[in-house]
Amino acid sequence: MSVPDGVQESRAAWRLGIITPRRKKIFFGLLVAAGLVLPHLVYPVFLMNVLCMALFASAFNLLLGYTGLLSFGHAAFLGTAGYVTGYLLKAWGLPVELGVLAGTAVATLLGWAIGALAIRRSGIYFAMITLGFAQMIYFLAVQLPFTGGEDGLQGIPQGKALGFIPLHDPYALYYFVFAVFALGFGVIYRTIHSPFGHVLRSIRENEPRALSLGYDVARYKLVAFVISAGLAGLAGSTKALVLQFVTLTDVHWHKSGEVVLMTLLGGMGTVMGPSVGALLVVAMENYLTGFGDWVTVIIGSVFVAGVLAFRRGIVGEALHLVRNFPF
Amino acid sequence: MKRVASSLMMAALLSLPAAGRAAGKVSDGVVKIGVLTDMTGFYSDLSGPGSVLAVKMAVHDFGGKVLGKPIEVIAADHQNKADIASTIARKWFDEDKVDAIMDLPNSGTAFAVMPVAAEKKKLTILSTAATTSITGDKCTAYNIHYTYNNWMLANGTGREVVKSGGDTWFFITADYVFGKSLEEDTANVVKAAGGKVLGYARHPQSSADFSSYLLQAQASGAKVIGMANAGGDTINTIKQAKEFGITPKQTLAGLLVFISDIHSLGLETAKGMYLTTSFYWDYDDQTRAWSKKFQNHPDNAKKAMPTMTQAGLYSATMHYLQAIKAVGTDQAEPVIAKMKATPVNDFFARHGVIGPDGLHRHDAFLVQVKSPAESKYPWDYYKIIKKIPAAEAFPSVAAQKCPLVK
Repeated sequence: MSVPDGVQESRAAWRLGIITPRRKKIFFGLLVAAGLVLPHLVYPVFLMNVLCMALFASAFNLLLGYTGLLSFGHAAFLGTAGYVTGYLLKAWGLPVELGVLAGTAVATLLGWAIGALAIRRSGIYFAMITLGFAQMIYFLAVQLPFTGGEDGLQGIPQGKALGFIPLHDPYALYYFVFAVFALGFGVIYRTIHSPFGHVLRSIRENEPRALSLGYDVARYKLVAFVISAGLAGLAGSTKALVLQFVTLTDVHWHKSGEVVLMTLLGGMGTVMGPSVGALLVVAMENYLTGFGDWVTVIIGSVFVAGVLAFRRGIVGEALHLVRNFPF
Repeated sequence: MKRVASSLMMAALLSLPAAGRAAGKVSDGVVKIGVLTDMTGFYSDLSGPGSVLAVKMAVHDFGGKVLGKPIEVIAADHQNKADIASTIARKWFDEDKVDAIMDLPNSGTAFAVMPVAAEKKKLTILSTAATTSITGDKCTAYNIHYTYNNWMLANGTGREVVKSGGDTWFFITADYVFGKSLEEDTANVVKAAGGKVLGYARHPQSSADFSSYLLQAQASGAKVIGMANAGGDTINTIKQAKEFGITPKQTLAGLLVFISDIHSLGLETAKGMYLTTSFYWDYDDQTRAWSKKFQNHPDNAKKAMPTMTQAGLYSATMHYLQAIKAVGTDQAEPVIAKMKATPVNDFFARHGVIGPDGLHRHDAFLVQVKSPAESKYPWDYYKIIKKIPAAEAFPSVAAQKCPLVK
């Protein structure tokens, strides 16, 4: 790849011994500790929003950063899972865990169906096919009666996790969401660092070569797509639970664009990048609202500045600095 | 030294109960109003900065203080996204001590914020959101729907246009929940008033080309073309109807048109159109006096006349602050009870009463857009055809079927 990116940076940092298993353990330990303490310092609903979007962006990054597939329809999985979970919790009164699982399962199936068709093409054609399918999902969300159209699906009950933890308490809900995020993030982390993940990266770097080595490239791509869709669905189901409503925003193509923005801003192909990007974008959307008309201009300028100044993304750029720093 | 310290302690202790009482009257020592609106999207002309201005004017005219405590106004842009609206609302209630959230254009954001407010026992006062079910099956005990709703628009225009001879209708409808429910509501009214619906054409949201729908409308031979759409779609329909020569042979009936839309369309394009509004600036001396003050306010950059939702917000803020003053606290329950118990009669609302479902019922007007020749001065846009009394302008409490009302 001619464009410098996070994958090369993190690999270099690993090779040079800057990232070691011990340091990694300490780093993730610190992250978990921060995640447990933060809701007492920062507004929990905002944090939950960030966690959901971070999981969504990380799932997207699995596809873009590690497999080299730019999907422009990931909002379809986020939104579909949200609608399914919301509807099942509200109309059927399912337990929370089952509702979230069902939403994730539907998104996974949808990912399989869309992925199977989309991976037959690559590059811009792949992006357009995913966008096309996402628009169909959007149309369904506008027209189907159970989604409530542009009014959205409201009043999703939060219920009790495991039958006894009351989720209407913001702290309990936060720890539930944090656990879901940790689980989803763990799956992504394992996928990236497994032999399967290495094959994905080889496909990304040089697809014909991976093919000539005997890998069934199409199947690897499909599995990556399905995992990514499923985890995006998990994020969507959790988001529905947090906000207690699902609206067309979640299936709109703006959301698909936003996740690209988060991933690029944070650092494509780095483990932590998408989460950092998600934090930044959600924080800008929520805390800059006082500026009125200027919000969109500010977010746009930050993006342009980000793409021009840190082409590796924030985390990629940080890794680059660390690599060139004499320890 | 010790004595000084202990007497200071005593003084501090003595002053505690007094401080406690004051806090019970006005929570956190300030009455804070949050205007959550669309500052940049397609509702920004009819609500947006003008809504914030209207609320600020009301606070200023009230004297800036209630029960001896300051009144503050904060505003934010929800960008028409329900998740942003709900997150801001939660943060406002939890951290920023906001007592009431106002405006909320687009029913998606309204439905996202209303349950949050009900959960936190704080007020929502909606002005720009239009859906009838806000005070129907989705009503909450902490909400007031102040300015208008879809039912008012559909009934005013539908019934009165049929009565004045427009008895055959064709609908051009935006193909989503809002458009379809507006079409259905209006079609029922037209039929009930003795008119006939000859057909409809549905178009996707944000269309650019209305030619095929307009040609169907023309071919139907209906006297009236009802536009069950909003914003840019309505504007495109009106412009293209003029280009196709459909108007003035057939009359357009706008089901969701604001004075800001007429202003951007121009009278030449919009002339002859019927619409229902709950406020017109040039109705009487009171409305003119207030509207000119609004128009000439230094913060009104566009020097635009107020829309009904902006005028409604001023009136709503006044009514809210007077209720706080009357009951001596800013706690939501007694304030809402007082607001519902007190009739509203000001420049905006005539014969206004807030029902147990939270819907503010007041007089409305059926108006027709003037032709350029009839318009004598700037913003002289409407001929008032009929004043619709409050009881006919809005659905009855029984018809709303709000689960709170038994």
